[in-house]
Amino acid sequence: MISMDLLLNAVVLGVLLGCFYAAVSLGLSVSFGLLDVPHVAHPAFLIMASYGVFFLNDSYDIDPLLAGLMITPLLFVFGLIAYRIYYETFEKRGTDAGVRGIAFLFGIAFIIEVLIILQFGVDQRSVSASYIGKAWRLGDMRIPVRLLVAFAVASALTILLTLYLSKTFMGRAIRAVAQDQEALRLMGANPVRIKQWAFGIATAVLGIAGALLIIVAPVEPTLDRAYIGRTFCVVVMAGLGSITGTLIAAIILGVAESIVLSTVGASWAPAISFAMLLAVLAIRPQGLLGRRS
Amino acid sequence: MRRDSIGFWIAMVLFLGAVLLATQVVGNEYPFFAGYVILQFIVLAVAWSILGGYAGYVNFGTNAFFGVGVYTAVFLVKATGASLFVQIATAAVVGALVGLAVGLLTLRMQGIFFSIATIALSIVIETSVTNWRYVGGAAGIQLQRPPVMEPFHSYVQMLFFVQALLVVLAIAIARYIQRSWLGRGLQALKDDELAAECTGVPTLRLKLMACVVSGALMCAAGAPAAMYLQYADPSSAFNLNYSVTVLAMSLIGGTANWIGPVLGAILLGVTQQLLAVTISSEVNVLVLGVMLVLFVVAAPEGILGLIRRIVHIRAGSKV
Repeated sequence: MISMDLLLNAVVLGVLLGCFYAAVSLGLSVSFGLLDVPHVAHPAFLIMASYGVFFLNDSYDIDPLLAGLMITPLLFVFGLIAYRIYYETFEKRGTDAGVRGIAFLFGIAFIIEVLIILQFGVDQRSVSASYIGKAWRLGDMRIPVRLLVAFAVASALTILLTLYLSKTFMGRAIRAVAQDQEALRLMGANPVRIKQWAFGIATAVLGIAGALLIIVAPVEPTLDRAYIGRTFCVVVMAGLGSITGTLIAAIILGVAESIVLSTVGASWAPAISFAMLLAVLAIRPQGLLGRRS
Repeated sequence: MRRDSIGFWIAMVLFLGAVLLATQVVGNEYPFFAGYVILQFIVLAVAWSILGGYAGYVNFGTNAFFGVGVYTAVFLVKATGASLFVQIATAAVVGALVGLAVGLLTLRMQGIFFSIATIALSIVIETSVTNWRYVGGAAGIQLQRPPVMEPFHSYVQMLFFVQALLVVLAIAIARYIQRSWLGRGLQALKDDELAAECTGVPTLRLKLMACVVSGALMCAAGAPAAMYLQYADPSSAFNLNYSVTVLAMSLIGGTANWIGPVLGAILLGVTQQLLAVTISSEVNVLVLGVMLVLFVVAAPEGILGLIRRIVHIRAGSKV
């Protein structure tokens, strides 16, 4: 039987961790949830962003969060180009796009992984900043400051993206394209342009997300494999495209992982997100707050 | 038996005869050591295509089935000291059962959901094996090869022949499915699952059948790997590289016909063996990834599609 203290500690850490998981899943929530791109390369893009942050921090001693902001425009452009290629080769042709599109993105993920290995080696990499390594004491609880930073930034990012999608013209257009492309076309708007823009946004938020990833823990080139489970678990559990749902689902995952970590042991941790994903797919495929009934 | 079937079986017998002859004549072990891997990937690619090609369900869980095959063999060797034949046969049965379970759990999903679910299953199974002390846990386990059986001189040569038998078995099954009502049903549900269901194709039963057969073959192909390496550990037995390699081989070869994955596996397998000798294993994966992406973009039907296009052009110019 585990003590209440331990459990409380695990839950608090889990909530913090969960907000961080929300931040790394937001992009997928847009690209897969709203745009229906089977984006299995999303975690690879994320790790790529982390290595960009590592490079700036390591070579020029730039704060990781600032570095994340600096690579955001690059990622945005990268996202625009990636979607254009994906659209021209798969969505436009239509037939059999599912199978080949997934295989294409899976291949891209592996290429990114190997390029990172060739450039940075297989070792774990981490960043340095004043707030990393310190801890904040609250009674008996010891909360690492790096998790608090991740929590604060992740929450801000989630709120910003929610506001963007609900208040701005472009954000509403993105949600409209997810609901009914044809109607949008009839209104005189170009759905492909809007989707491309949305995919750019989805990739751009990976700048900050990648910075948080490497702040929370060291990264290695094959880390994207674990995050396939986490990000897809969060997005599917959330209900495709729901940003609020993403936050709730991510917190559920964070708390579940944290509790298992402190009770059963770390060796079972990799399976949590995947097992939850399977359970969600089997029991409630539409997720917590699904856009489709 | 139709005439092309006779031709097919003669080719298969000739292939096995050549393999057997090679094991008797060639003294050097290295060709068998390298060739074994290529044969193994032919089985995996052909097996993958039964579900991935004919039915269009992209299975990312090749590594799960392969790993289950490896660990079925490990468990049997450790618990009972079972013979190689028993290891492979049991692995096939276990693979069929896993395939059935995977199918029941995931085949109601479509497209990306199925693919993600198969990755998820592979990680869940891998984590379970990692936490299973009896078969070595995360650290892995060393295995001792039993003495080799007649008429083979070395164990690797015997494994090479056994894997060649599995190749013939896999191809024969894939060919049968492709030419029977099963293959036509799978083709129909690949084109339009709803329409197929409406016209009376038992889509779920067909998909389950494909998943069971595919899983059994993949597990059977994985079982001898335990004795081949004389070692097994979860992170290499369940390596996601198996999934991407097999996916690449099948799609590069072309999945419309069983010959496609065979071609793809030979082409990529040989390339990989050459690269592994000359350059690093990372570059190996890079070449694989780039070829996969190029083919998916530029030659959607794979090598088979390219050949067909060339034949069409030739035929067209004559008229």
